[in-house]
Amino acid sequence: MDWHSIFDQARTDVVFLFPEAMLVFFGLATLLTDFLLTKPQKSWNALTAMLGVLLSGASLWLLVRPATEHQTAFSNSIVIDPFFIFFGSILLAATALAILLSVRYLEVEDEQSGEYYGLVLLAAAGMMFLACGNDLVVLFVALQTVAISFYVLTGYLTRERRANEAALKFMLQGAFSSAILAYGFSILYGIAGSTNLELIQRAVQQRHADFPGADLLTFLALGTITAGLLFKIAAVPFHHWAPDADQGALAPAAAFISVGSRVAGFALLLRLFLTVFWPVNLDWAAVLAVAAVLSLTLGTFAAITQTNLKRLLAYSSIAQAGYILLGLVAGVNRDGTLHERGLQATAFYIFTYAFFSAGAFGVIILLRQKGVIGDEIDDLNGLIHRHPVAAVFMLIFVLSLAGVPPTAGFVAKLLIFWSLLETGHPYLALMGALYILPAVYYYFRIVAAMWTTDGSDAAQLPLVIGVTQKFALTAAATITLAAGIFPEQFLRFAKYSILGSFGL
Amino acid sequence: MLSIEHYLVLSLALFAIGVGGVLLRRNVIVMLMSIELMLNAVTINLVAFSRLHGSVDGQAFAVFIIVAAAAEAVVGLGIILVVGRGRETLNSEDMDLLKW
Repeated sequence: MDWHSIFDQARTDVVFLFPEAMLVFFGLATLLTDFLLTKPQKSWNALTAMLGVLLSGASLWLLVRPATEHQTAFSNSIVIDPFFIFFGSILLAATALAILLSVRYLEVEDEQSGEYYGLVLLAAAGMMFLACGNDLVVLFVALQTVAISFYVLTGYLTRERRANEAALKFMLQGAFSSAILAYGFSILYGIAGSTNLELIQRAVQQRHADFPGADLLTFLALGTITAGLLFKIAAVPFHHWAPDADQGALAPAAAFISVGSRVAGFALLLRLFLTVFWPVNLDWAAVLAVAAVLSLTLGTFAAITQTNLKRLLAYSSIAQAGYILLGLVAGVNRDGTLHERGLQATAFYIFTYAFFSAGAFGVIILLRQKGVIGDEIDDLNGLIHRHPVAAVFMLIFVLSLAGVPPTAGFVAKLLIFWSLLETGHPYLALMGALYILPAVYYYFRIVAAMWTTDGSDAAQLPLVIGVTQKFALTAAATITLAAGIFPEQFLRFAKYSILGSFGL
Repeated sequence: MLSIEHYLVLSLALFAIGVGGVLLRRNVIVMLMSIELMLNAVTINLVAFSRLHGSVDGQAFAVFIIVAAAAEAVVGLGIILVVGRGRETLNSEDMDLLKW
């Protein structure tokens, strides 16, 4: 291929990069325009960042049509398919929620700056690449972009000792897991002699046929990559970073890290396991089942004893990751074929999880007022009198986290249990259903706190809420309820994403 | 004559030393160095496989790993610096503000 044809190809391919390019461009732009703004104007940076997210969303919308034809670009290193459209829109929505919730929080914290929004957008660009990458190099670089942005966001408040410590722990564990994942990638390259996922899939399949049973190389790759991915979604036994990072980081960054890391992690997990590791499916479903049960157990029981709201939500998110992993287990039939409804339920769960989890963090973000940190359960005392709407929103999100109708969490959990029964895992389904009971107990503590009347002095202060925060919380609550009462549209979207993408 | 197995064993040993360092040492700078050791093991793997398959993809990937490792070290050392100023110890067992 000569240079001319390479450039011609790149010119046509560049359209497929627009969603990420917008995020990177505006992320860098906020760093520059930050210098033009005086201190009271710093919150305008959020406007630049939101513009980037909106334009990125518009470019994603333009890719919907090409996505149905599974376009690949840049020598097959990224793939534009319904799977990418689905996860891309969740990630952009989570980014938009994080930016909207951040504005007033940073104002109160007196830490408004362009770097914060720039880091959020760059992390979002990395997450988008994780959803569309079709090449080990792209995936690794995207993973590192996300991870490094997250470390800085966690330690953003350098004067907070807790934030420093959280950033240090997150960074050490994150770098450790990235190195393990990279080792797995290098083994995959060794098996296939190529970094392209489709070629690797073919090579793994060939190897599986040549060495039936235990093949050391495939096993090593599967083991290291599973460990690395379980870290990214904070599933037990690789969950230690999540409670520390969520408690130490400032609340909007914690919401973004908690949701973004899981959604992007699950996108990568689904992509790798449904392509590269598909030929060895029977091994990994069992491993995921064990991780799911451990996450449910630890997440649920550790959350019961927490008094810090951010830490409580972090442990409950570990349990949520356990439910999503159960959905993946239900994605495989006994005979090793794909179970449509299980994967559809998983995608639906991930979609709704992003909204109700970000929403629950959002109410904690509201509690941050001048002179009040507001991340302990006691800070919720009397919320129903201070701000009834915020209390009702929190109720909706908490019901959805626990899995009570008429919220999205109920439908999502029900679908996952149903497909577990269909694929012949009745014990897992029973276990998942039983864990709702202790979960209801600790979520009820949150609700009870909101309805108690006697509070400290801080609880008597009126709650000042920003316009952007109102908008973000209303949007998250609307989707949580809509997906719970009218799930058909959302389920169709979920089905389109999974079934359109893996040749099924 | 060195075969691919020699490189793989070297890389696996290096990786194991790195994992051991992260799990056993308590100084955070030494832990970060051990992580770099693990990434070096990945680089050796990639270059050895690249030679085996006769494709340059692996060498390109190796360069990306080195760059990512450098970026990680920059942010990591920055965070360690901030933490070290605040408490004058870099022992990971003294980092106990956040725990359940």
